[in-house]
Amino acid sequence: MSAEPVILAPAEAIAAPPRFGAWRKLLRHPGVLIGGGLILFMTLMGILAPVLGTINPAEINPTFRNRVPGMERTIRADDGSTRPYKHLMGTDSLGRDVYSRVVYGARVSILVGVTVATISVAIGLLIGLVAGYVRWLDGIIMRFMDGLMAIPAILLAIALVSLFRAGLFSVIVAIVVPEIPRVVRLVRSIVLSVREEPYVEAAIMAGTPTPALLVRHVLPNTVAPLIVQGTFICASAILVEAILSFLGVGIPPETPTWGNIMAEGRSLFRVYPHNILFPGVFLALTVLAVNMLGDGLRDTLDPKMAKR
Amino acid sequence: MFLYFLRRLAATIPVMLIVAVLVFLMLRLTPGDPAAIIAGDNANAEQVALIRTRLGLDQPIIVQFFIWMGNLLRGDFGESFFFKKTVAELILGRLEPTIALALCTILIAVTVAVPLGVLAAYKQGTWIDRLVMGFSVMGFSVPVFVIGYALIYLFAIKLNWVPVQGYQPLSQGFGGFLQRLILPSVTLSVIYIALIARMTRASVIEVLGEDYIRTARAKGQVESKILFRHALKNAAVPIVTVIGLGVALLIGGVVVTESVFTIPGLGRLTVDAVLARDYPTIQAVILLFSLVYVLINLAVDLVYTLFDPRIRY
Repeated sequence: MSAEPVILAPAEAIAAPPRFGAWRKLLRHPGVLIGGGLILFMTLMGILAPVLGTINPAEINPTFRNRVPGMERTIRADDGSTRPYKHLMGTDSLGRDVYSRVVYGARVSILVGVTVATISVAIGLLIGLVAGYVRWLDGIIMRFMDGLMAIPAILLAIALVSLFRAGLFSVIVAIVVPEIPRVVRLVRSIVLSVREEPYVEAAIMAGTPTPALLVRHVLPNTVAPLIVQGTFICASAILVEAILSFLGVGIPPETPTWGNIMAEGRSLFRVYPHNILFPGVFLALTVLAVNMLGDGLRDTLDPKMAKR
Repeated sequence: MFLYFLRRLAATIPVMLIVAVLVFLMLRLTPGDPAAIIAGDNANAEQVALIRTRLGLDQPIIVQFFIWMGNLLRGDFGESFFFKKTVAELILGRLEPTIALALCTILIAVTVAVPLGVLAAYKQGTWIDRLVMGFSVMGFSVPVFVIGYALIYLFAIKLNWVPVQGYQPLSQGFGGFLQRLILPSVTLSVIYIALIARMTRASVIEVLGEDYIRTARAKGQVESKILFRHALKNAAVPIVTVIGLGVALLIGGVVVTESVFTIPGLGRLTVDAVLARDYPTIQAVILLFSLVYVLINLAVDLVYTLFDPRIRY
């Protein structure tokens, strides 16, 4: 037992310094700053949607359909008082205010991105640890994952949503499932390389029980790559959610999501391109921001991956 | 080589078998009795029972799976619930636009992306490099339907160069066929270009540091020949790999692009089938796309020998 700290100390001493350096580098990386700032902006926009000069995003108004951006009208509140309102981004074919819908739409995108990333990383981590560590299960799990990965991700997601009733939950499940095998592969490959390291062999020799071994020595090695991978999953989840909504198989059209607003604007696109333009710009900016953050995280946290 | 080919081909069988099991289970998870759906609303219990026996739906689930697999291997994908045709007929009718779109996209993507990636690698660290990399990140981030509508707006509505939407079969003239194909192909190629250019750049940068590049320079070889003959050829393996893996992105993009441009292809069929909950069609399309994806990546593996004679099978 006395051998354990002696062998482990140097390994930890080597691992520690770059981590602190990485955090400092992280905050100076332009991609992290710009990407992170934009994500913060979109998140705050979604949270603060009710106080950002919006009106009810679901309110249908037959008299003011398909108005161009900048149109002004008077709004009558429930108590009879009136106030002027400017449709900054115009209205859609049901007379709903596009600005309000776009602002509220940030909620679904951010929520889906973060939830999908968290769930798929958590599940993938668990399966990956098992596959990498329990030899006899490895073959079975990985063949199953190969099969899942052979189905193109968007196609699998589209097929999966057809199994459930349309809604936020089924969309999240449908996007999570195709992402899991990619996380599993990553975690498994890390586990396989880490388990050959001298400090892991030493810990095994010292009689560390397997769960403790996984948590204490294997898990920390997966953190940085998983943060990076999770960020890219978040970006792709936001895109896939928008695609599903756009195709009409995602979140029900009453809920304002960027994909839904664009789906709504499809038929009258030639005359009123603003229904596609505004949500499209917000969607692209958000995904761009998450991707920039991911690239920055990869460069700083995971130097081995940065070369690729 | 031939033996290796057979071994690799055999290795795809378990993967496809797992895909088939997943797809089969997916249909079994769905609510509703397929026999009742096929029989229609006016059928009586006897007719439904008859269909159930004919389709083997009264058998145990394992037996059903083998019946279904047997049918698949004979090219029988079942009958569409919604379109009232056999799924095989349905797919055959939708094949041409999708193949045309995919081939045209790959052609555009490779001809644009590879030189772009080589250029970025050669000018590594300059504004050209940053521009290409910036475009690449943009290409990953802007959704394919936003690109599609932006291009329609610019080239079809404002400039009036090409028709807005639609598809014309090749048999009705090459000009009209190409005219309607070009915009969707460019749209779809953006993300693919981003992917390939990025990998080309990384791969060429790595090769440019090799000794034989210095040797080629020392003997006075022209830069363009160094880049495209010496460097690119040696950098080709990862590039070809990413072209193969990118087919998954391409297939996802086909589904969206065909919807934006109202092209009556397999992608549009997939969306229609999902909206109509037409499970036999969904199953067949997924199996077909997955098979194509797996086979293309098998082909990619075999192409390695052309680029790298050190790889021997």
